[in-house]
Amino acid sequence: MSDGEGGTGLISSSEWRKPTVRWSIGTLQALLLVALVFGGLGPILWLAKSAITPTIDTITHPMGLFPHGAAWSNLKEAWTTVHVGLYFWNTVVIAFGSWASQIVVATTGGFALSVLRPKYAKLINGLLLTTLFVPAIVLLVPLYIEIVHPPLFHHFSLIDSYWAVWLPAGASAFNVVLVKRFFDNLPREIFEAARIDGAGPFRLFWSIVLPMSKPIIGVVSIFAVLASWKDFLWPLLVLTNPNEQPLSVRLPEIQAQTSLGVFLAAMFIACLVPIAGFLVFQRSFLRGGGLGGAIKG
Amino acid sequence: MPRRTPVTWVRGGGLTTVLFLIPLLFAFGAFSWYPIVRTVLMSLQHTNLVQPATWVGFKNFEQVWHDPLFPVAVKNTAYFAGLALLFGYPIPLVAAVLLSEVRKRRGIYSALAYLPVVIPPVVAVLLWKVFYDASSAGAFNTMLHWIHLGPYPWLQSEQWAMPSLVLESTWANAGATVIIYLAALTSVQTELYEAASVDGAGLLRKVWHITLPQLRGILLVTMILQIIGTAQVFLEPYLFTAGGPANATLTVLLMIYNYAFGNSLGGDYGAATALSLMLAGFLAVFSLIYLRATRSWSTR
Repeated sequence: MSDGEGGTGLISSSEWRKPTVRWSIGTLQALLLVALVFGGLGPILWLAKSAITPTIDTITHPMGLFPHGAAWSNLKEAWTTVHVGLYFWNTVVIAFGSWASQIVVATTGGFALSVLRPKYAKLINGLLLTTLFVPAIVLLVPLYIEIVHPPLFHHFSLIDSYWAVWLPAGASAFNVVLVKRFFDNLPREIFEAARIDGAGPFRLFWSIVLPMSKPIIGVVSIFAVLASWKDFLWPLLVLTNPNEQPLSVRLPEIQAQTSLGVFLAAMFIACLVPIAGFLVFQRSFLRGGGLGGAIKG
Repeated sequence: MPRRTPVTWVRGGGLTTVLFLIPLLFAFGAFSWYPIVRTVLMSLQHTNLVQPATWVGFKNFEQVWHDPLFPVAVKNTAYFAGLALLFGYPIPLVAAVLLSEVRKRRGIYSALAYLPVVIPPVVAVLLWKVFYDASSAGAFNTMLHWIHLGPYPWLQSEQWAMPSLVLESTWANAGATVIIYLAALTSVQTELYEAASVDGAGLLRKVWHITLPQLRGILLVTMILQIIGTAQVFLEPYLFTAGGPANATLTVLLMIYNYAFGNSLGGDYGAATALSLMLAGFLAVFSLIYLRATRSWSTR
């Protein structure tokens, strides 16, 4: 993204022409770039390098660059012997289900509250907004007990079922508010026209509102998948079977049983999907376009 | 106007609306509203999942209050939040102001700043744990040795452990704040800069008298959000140090976790919910006072 002239205008063009200003700002920005490369990219490059470096080299010369060649076997060993492949797919399955549950709740709920607008919509809105102010930790213990002993269904437990992660993921008030705000801004004349043409609420939802809402659904999807990929404490509590656990839960566990090189390779694999997603969808992350724009409404 | 009966309600689309609301009502009812109420009840009960719960009044709160670890956890959490404010609050602001004046390839700067935010937090913590290796061959100690410093004990010393946690946490979160400030900076009224330049104001004066005052609304919001977030720090102390050494990094959330899940014989759910409510109540009161105290300043 090159901006040519302008910027925010903190430095005027005439100031920018002064050599002292040019030099000092240029130096500061160069330092900033060095700091960002070192701080932002450095640790990830180190992880990438060490993922394919023999363990002994990483331990004795952590900052060396392949003193005794590369060990690509780390990646293969992590994927197969340490079962990172299995945990990777578990993470994908968990992320997919959490995404689906968030999208279903946010779009149907947003549609009902924004387009259908029943009389009690205000009450539900209020209850949704209150949950935004309740710290997540308050929910942790009762949610856990609810999963162990679901009310109404005794002799039945959701522990070790992916539903224990998927279902609670849907209760994201932030998503509903975002989607509802977006729906609020869709032109209502289109809804009226569709109604006059005989479209019922289901048709209106499926054929008109959803296709018009691709941008916000995209933003919610990106953040839903990323949040699920990052999640640690909840899957740790409700998924006790190692063969079902996602990467984030397994990584601290496998650290003790694997050599450092293979462990770093496993961590590198765990980063790949979020980093790739970030590079592909940079705009959604950096413009704040999705979030900021939707919040301003 | 026809009388409202169940039939007219269904014909008028009332039932369809409810059908659309079912996923939302189920998800929030079961996994948000019900647990919130249940927390309040459980904090007044003794629950062990085998026998029916018994009412114990405020005993759980008293137990937490008199727990010798309680003041330790509160002090550590306040220390973490304070250090995080000290490290993590000015850095994104300075970076964003400098970044907003970059004229070429600004996207690369912001992408680099944001990159740590997308790294899964567990990976970030475990990676930094490797960097923090206290031996002289650790990554950080090797680099510091180049400039003749160290070796430092990092996570292994009571004195250094908490700053080490804050350093990683700042690295992991600063990028998100930079992006927020960058967005806010685009709405600063540029005419004021021109007027100030005409009046002969230098760069630092323009930042101090024009940029910062116009950002104060967003600065106040990011500060309270950061305090609320860091007061609930869990992952760093859990994975880096498990609260050690000698409880130097035991935070309130780690204490809640230990009450509920730290004992393999069965959790003390009453104490855990009581402490989580105490934290939530404190944060609510703190936020209200903060908003009151800064209201005149933020809207002036």
